[in-house]
Amino acid sequence: MAMNGGLSVRGLRVAIHHEGGDRAMRPVDGVDFEVAPGECVVLLGESGCGKSLTALALMRLLPDGLELAGGQARLGDTDLFALPEQDMRRVRGGRLAMIFQEPMLSLNPVLTVGQQIGEALEAHRHPTAEQAAAETSRLLQAVGLEDRHGTSYPFQLSGGQRQRALIATMLAGEPELLIADEPTTALDVTVQAQILRLLKQLRSERGMGLLLITHDLDVARDMADRVVVMYAGQVVEVASREALYARPFHPYTRKLFSVLPSAHQRHERLEHIPGSVPPLGTVFTGCRFAERCALAWERCHAEAPDSQTLDDGHVARCHLVSAPRPENAAGAGYPPETGRKTAEAEQVAAELLEVTDLAVHFPIRKGLLRRTVGQVKAVDGVSLSLKRGETLALVGESGCGKTTLAKAVLRLIEPTSGSVRLEGTTLDRLDGNALRVARASMQIVFQDPFASLNPRMRVGEILEEGLRSLRPELHRGHRADVVAGLLEKVGLGRDAALRYPHAFSGGQRQRIAIARALAVEPRLLICDEPTSALDVSVQAQILSLLQDLQAGQGLGYLFITHNLPVVGYLAHRVAVMYRGRIVEEGVAQDLMGRPLHPYTNLLLDSAPGRGLPEVAAAPAGRPEAGVGCSFAARCPMAVAECAQAAPDTSTLAGGRRVACHRVVPE
Amino acid sequence: MLNYVIRRVLYAIPILIGVNLITFALFFVVNTPDDMARIHLGAKHVTPEAIERWKVEHGYDRPLLFNQEAEGTGKLTETLFVNKSLALFALDFGLADDGRDIAREIGTRMWPSLAIALPTFLVGLAVYISFALTLVFFRATYLDLTGVVLSVVLMSISGLFYIIGGQYLLGKLWHLVPVSGYAPGWGMFKFLILPIAVGVVSGLGDSSRFYRTLFLEEIHKDYVRTARAKGLSERVVLFRHVLGNAMIPILTGAVVVIPRLFLGSLIVESFFGIPGLGSYTIEAIQAQDFAIVRSMVFLGSVLYIVGLLLTDLSYTLVDPRVRLE
Ligand SMILES: Nc1ncnc2c1ncn2[C@@H]1O[C@H](COP(=O)(O)OP(=O)(O)OP(=O)(O)O)[C@@H](O)[C@H]1O
Ligand code: SF4
Ligand code: SF4
Ligand SMILES: [Mg+2]
Repeated sequence: MAMNGGLSVRGLRVAIHHEGGDRAMRPVDGVDFEVAPGECVVLLGESGCGKSLTALALMRLLPDGLELAGGQARLGDTDLFALPEQDMRRVRGGRLAMIFQEPMLSLNPVLTVGQQIGEALEAHRHPTAEQAAAETSRLLQAVGLEDRHGTSYPFQLSGGQRQRALIATMLAGEPELLIADEPTTALDVTVQAQILRLLKQLRSERGMGLLLITHDLDVARDMADRVVVMYAGQVVEVASREALYARPFHPYTRKLFSVLPSAHQRHERLEHIPGSVPPLGTVFTGCRFAERCALAWERCHAEAPDSQTLDDGHVARCHLVSAPRPENAAGAGYPPETGRKTAEAEQVAAELLEVTDLAVHFPIRKGLLRRTVGQVKAVDGVSLSLKRGETLALVGESGCGKTTLAKAVLRLIEPTSGSVRLEGTTLDRLDGNALRVARASMQIVFQDPFASLNPRMRVGEILEEGLRSLRPELHRGHRADVVAGLLEKVGLGRDAALRYPHAFSGGQRQRIAIARALAVEPRLLICDEPTSALDVSVQAQILSLLQDLQAGQGLGYLFITHNLPVVGYLAHRVAVMYRGRIVEEGVAQDLMGRPLHPYTNLLLDSAPGRGLPEVAAAPAGRPEAGVGCSFAARCPMAVAECAQAAPDTSTLAGGRRVACHRVVPE
Repeated sequence: MLNYVIRRVLYAIPILIGVNLITFALFFVVNTPDDMARIHLGAKHVTPEAIERWKVEHGYDRPLLFNQEAEGTGKLTETLFVNKSLALFALDFGLADDGRDIAREIGTRMWPSLAIALPTFLVGLAVYISFALTLVFFRATYLDLTGVVLSVVLMSISGLFYIIGGQYLLGKLWHLVPVSGYAPGWGMFKFLILPIAVGVVSGLGDSSRFYRTLFLEEIHKDYVRTARAKGLSERVVLFRHVLGNAMIPILTGAVVVIPRLFLGSLIVESFFGIPGLGSYTIEAIQAQDFAIVRSMVFLGSVLYIVGLLLTDLSYTLVDPRVRLE
């Protein structure tokens, strides 16, 4: 790609189209940045700050109702916004390509992968039939798929494979620059690491530039040459990766770093950014971040800062670049450290939950008469225990059975075998009223805060509903008091009771869900990926809330997640689940610092922010998974024995339990 | 796949039996043979003897479900249920009041019905899809808006208006086609144009609006954005991607009516004087000929169930996600 001249964007504006003469709403409002040839630039920012719209504007694919309202974009010496649509079509998918966040939805469901790649080849390279077939196969190989995947339909592929297929279609035109909009957000950590490695490798093989959009600081650290931080439709900071991670300058960027959970902040309150992203259509007179900025002073509210360059080449949009903060300004700068240590549960706490050999098998039906021909062992002999005031994190890839396990503990699914004891009471054969009473002491908070709240009920009614069925002894007036108290406890204020769920942001809705769970005074709270749909700054608020509640009430948490930094921050103990079994369990710091099971190792190596180390591949001629260890097919340490028998769980020093033939008690 | 088809067919059997039972209940329990006889004889001639005679003449003189007087299995088979209702399964519809064989009548009358209904269906599908696709191509412009308003107007006008208006304009005023009537063989052609045109126009508003919604829903999906991001032209995006996916609900929605095309349309056929099954039914209702009405009701339900079955099967043909069930 000799003619490659890189991308340069100046003053990009996107407006929401208004029929009437209303004031313009501009979700993207004056964005400047460059991507040099072959460079990887990460566009970083929280949800709604205009990252996707910036990318779509560059592709000239803005959704209906939005329009370009100014600015310039040059790819090499081509002025993208001046091209007639006819010529732009050759650029799209040709010199400039884009992949999207949702691999599940971004491929046409009724065309095969091969057809969809062929279509892109057709549009840009006009190959003969043989050339097209050869090229399709080469592209599939380039993204780590096999020829047979060309004849597959998207629904026959896993999420990671779909994203690979999508990348292959976008490579068809040999782009100079690939825009990737949150390409791994919907994927498991291990798959995310594979896709990111693939993008890195393709970039260096093909000398292609990469504009990667993400909200994940760790992903940015692994991938970026330079980072562009966006806030409320503008670029607030641009810096090389080294400079940004060593010395973030802009107060917003600094806040973003401080809200990331990690193991060494353990048991301190995470900082959080007060307030939330300003809504679209806000009229700004000064700095857009001023409302939430701890360093803001009068000038910040009166005058909008320009982008200015610092000594080390950093560019930041903040008054602090040119002038130090006046000594006598109101407000005290960063508030003193609010982190307060909550006492580790020192005393030997009472056993809260005991799960023994729990199994949930779903029948597979086939044939004319839908006979049961086999079983999916979603949960296959799991034993766990949890004390009062303790947090047990359950980690594992999607589909490994985490949610099924949670539901079986709550008896929302009938377990096939095994037993669950809550505070010494065996729940297995409870039914009717007794089960209802037992359920009141266990509650669950789900991943998607919106789907789990009835949109037609006021928040107050939602909370009362649970109270009425599980604590019928309360009187009406008393119930209203309890509701108000709950809302205060989760930091929403009692007025929230009168509003409907849609009037709240994602983080606030999750608070409502937590309040609903707490309404019946449970002792055990099961949290199923409670923060994975939330922005980092909101995640910090929710995690802090959960810690406060635990310290105050001695709640036990079974915390299901795939986010390892969250585990490090929150959990006392960790259980790693693979294909329905617990493969390793132990004290959080110990396990994360010294993983023993090969699968735990893989998970930890795949976590973003560790520079994407090459993961050892499983040896060739590996044993087929069957009777043996279920991880054998992916395990780099597998030996002949692994294919013959499933490993037993052995207990090592420090209470660590591991199920692996290669890990033996010393 | 084959298993799936067989299973679906097996599932249809109990439903058909249910339909038969309901037909039986409607025509023999709710509206007993005595009632039928009374209606036919008219108020003046009703005597118990006349009713008995009518029932014997028309074969309604047996008990409903169980025959005390018969021998052996006859106790069960010599009943109205077996003779009149179960017989429907064997396409044994019996005789009409005027003594003609209903099955033969259906056999000859279904062709004129089909000659109108099938072209109306096919031309309609093509016209509605093209019209909706045009609106979607020009979405959010005045053309689109005009099209939608037109659809709503067309939808809210009664079907009778199109028939009478068409007959008046094309038939009476301009003398382009005959107002009504029918001729067998090639001569039928000039009689068919008007009913087909009227049938297509009267469905235009409703179907186009529905298809437009389907297309719009598809066009905002992520894979369409991907298709555009590949640099495909709007024509390819619309035809290959949007149409390709929207055809799944359109086709499968259309398949359900195919078997019932035989039955024709009650209103169109009687207004245009077409000797099809639609007018047959109307005439039977006017003449209070219950044997015919019962046959047509049963046939209608059976064909509907066949339509549902075909719908499920057609999914497996057009949607790869279902094909490999
Ligand atoms: N089709 C649309 N019509 C109107 N407003 C829109 C549309 N798409 C996006 N917006 C608004 O524009 C703003 C920026 O959206 P954008 O999708 O670029 O955010 P983002 O930074 O990509 O966020 P995320 O991380 O959630 O993907 C948001 O406030 C959003 O609500
Ligand atoms: S300009 Fe002022 S309010 Fe804005 S980020 Fe800088 S210090 Fe904060
Ligand atoms: S038992 Fe064998 S295959 Fe399973 S994790 Fe251990 S080494 Fe790997
Ligand atoms: Mg986005």
